[in-house]
Amino acid sequence: MPGLSFDLIAMQLFTGLALGAIYVLFAIGLSLIFGMLTVVNFAHGAFYMVGAYVGLFLISLGGNFWLCLVAVPLIVGISGMIVERFLIRPLYGRGIDYPLLLTFGLSYIMVELIRIGFGTSGYPFDTPDLLQGAVNIGIGYFPLYRLFVIGAAAVVLLGLWLFLERTSFGLIIRAGARDPQIVRVLGVDVARVWLYVFGIGTAIAGLAGLLAAPLQGVIPEMGANILAEAFVVTVVGGMGSIGGAVIAGLLVGVVISMTSLFAPEMAKVSIFALMAIVLLIRPQGFFGRAGLMS
Amino acid sequence: MTKKITKSGLLSRRRLLTSVGAGAVLAASPFRINLLQAQEATIKVGFPVPLTGPYGTEAQDQVRAAEVAIAEFNEGGGLNGRKAELLVRDDKLNPGEAATRTLELIEKEKVSFIVGSLSAAVQLAVNNVTKERQIIFNSISQSDTINEASDFSKYTFHEALNPHLTAGAVGRYAFPKFGKKVAFLTADYAYGHEMVRGFQEAGKAFGIETLVDIRHPIGTTDFSALLPRIQALKPDILCISNFGRDQQIALKQATDFGMKKSMKIIVPIMLYTGRIAAGPQAFEGVIGGTSYYWGIEDKIASAKAFNDRFRKMHGGKVPSDYGALGYGGVKTLLMGAKAANSLEADKVIAAIEALKYDYYKGPQYYRKCDHQSAQSVLIIESKASPQKGDADVFNVVETEAPNDANLRSCEALGHKV
Repeated sequence: MPGLSFDLIAMQLFTGLALGAIYVLFAIGLSLIFGMLTVVNFAHGAFYMVGAYVGLFLISLGGNFWLCLVAVPLIVGISGMIVERFLIRPLYGRGIDYPLLLTFGLSYIMVELIRIGFGTSGYPFDTPDLLQGAVNIGIGYFPLYRLFVIGAAAVVLLGLWLFLERTSFGLIIRAGARDPQIVRVLGVDVARVWLYVFGIGTAIAGLAGLLAAPLQGVIPEMGANILAEAFVVTVVGGMGSIGGAVIAGLLVGVVISMTSLFAPEMAKVSIFALMAIVLLIRPQGFFGRAGLMS
Repeated sequence: MTKKITKSGLLSRRRLLTSVGAGAVLAASPFRINLLQAQEATIKVGFPVPLTGPYGTEAQDQVRAAEVAIAEFNEGGGLNGRKAELLVRDDKLNPGEAATRTLELIEKEKVSFIVGSLSAAVQLAVNNVTKERQIIFNSISQSDTINEASDFSKYTFHEALNPHLTAGAVGRYAFPKFGKKVAFLTADYAYGHEMVRGFQEAGKAFGIETLVDIRHPIGTTDFSALLPRIQALKPDILCISNFGRDQQIALKQATDFGMKKSMKIIVPIMLYTGRIAAGPQAFEGVIGGTSYYWGIEDKIASAKAFNDRFRKMHGGKVPSDYGALGYGGVKTLLMGAKAANSLEADKVIAAIEALKYDYYKGPQYYRKCDHQSAQSVLIIESKASPQKGDADVFNVVETEAPNDANLRSCEALGHKV
């Protein structure tokens, strides 16, 4: 292939990792909720979309992007907690397909409500002034905003890791995921723990939606696309494993990027091929616990 | 009085009772419009468009513009007093769905004409049905195939531009101005392929060099992985042939990657609705083609009249490019019927073939061999920021006049001349 230089390959690799960071952000909320609650949240994409719309709405009221970075996860997280308390909670202990179907239906309702409220056509979402333009990263120019998204993904992951591994509340969450019965016997209100976990998972989905808005604009259907990709990342990484989601997300980004260089038509299919190969060799994914689904 | 009618034998007692009863219910219900549809006398125009799905915004605007054409026809006295009505159906951007809805419109509603479709594949599916049922169909979205002898029938009309003409016009404007080294980024389906072919055929005369043609799947939301290679090739022109949301995201991300600094971005069709949805930043400086932009009203009287009527009927909005096609598509068939003074297909076809019309964008006519509407192509450039209200988004930098020479020849399309 003509024009294939070292710089191009390096740039392509970097683009892939950047793309991967975005995929990690998409997938991490889904993975958290599944790992801790064994709930497959099909409304994940809808919460992501709502995050973008909440951001749009707050900015139209005179807010700015930086304020949204705090407000959007809060608002989306609280709405996620309301959903958990009143819709998901009655379904615990009934088999994995009950909450799956519920959230599937819920996603349609959320998309339709947004269409009614904001219309079917999309809205522009400008990149914040401070983060506009491209910077030279040594091998070529790269958009500043994408670098910011990588940083944001790292901060979210670090925060989540510290919270789960280094706080006593995190310890309770992890214990609750292993054996809710014993935790309950020890006098912990497990229902409250799950409420917070669901809230955190949806808050991250909302934040991801807000961060994606300047990359691609805002439309009611924006969540549908990323849901499939988030599932691929979650499945490849191992259902419920946060570390697995990180590695799988980056891998998916690099696979897409490299296929785009050599066979762009195959880029969309390549991640599903990757998933099929991983499932054939290691059905539980990279770091998944076998039997979580049963 | 009731007695008199019953006695005269025009209506049976039972028929009268049911009619009165049904009439009372209908008069009180929000579905009163159905009563009008039930009248034998109206001229029905079936209008299958993708109201839901990714092109919903454009399709809804097509409906709004078609309503303008219907209203004008009816105010002008209709066809000897026979009014027209529009029967809108959602084809969901799906060829199968569109064929079913079209068949229903023909069989159940007994429509006289079908106008619609907003996709190359969907219009071919609709055309198959109308061809077989011998109903006149006017397609209002882009396709090259519909002009070809294999798909064409005398019942087929094409009011929209076709890719060969649109891409050709943009290419003829851009290649001499911005350079010969061209990189293509193309949606991997008929629309994209036909547009690239159009650019390349027009480019032969200017000796353009295709550096790369990258095909991306339809519905791509992240183009970042495709851009470094284009940047490394250092083209003069980046030609992005995709549609709707794909176009908005591709332009946005190409802007973010700073590509506009080193190359000119051109697109075959630059959508008004797309520019509104994506904002000025992503589209700034991009050159594209279009069949219609409301801003030509300063120079073209028919455009001014159409825009004013549209604004009046639809709360001050201006019609979009694809919207205006909905107007043109319906208007030409109804005016053809009026000129023929009949709804008989053969007479109407002959009348439409003879039309030299200027309904909303300057002079147009249907070429005899393939019923392609020969018309102007506007070359537009997206403004950095709107000056006269939110709708002021494009500059018309050139207008290519209607010319048979810019269409593929009748022989090349397989028509016997």
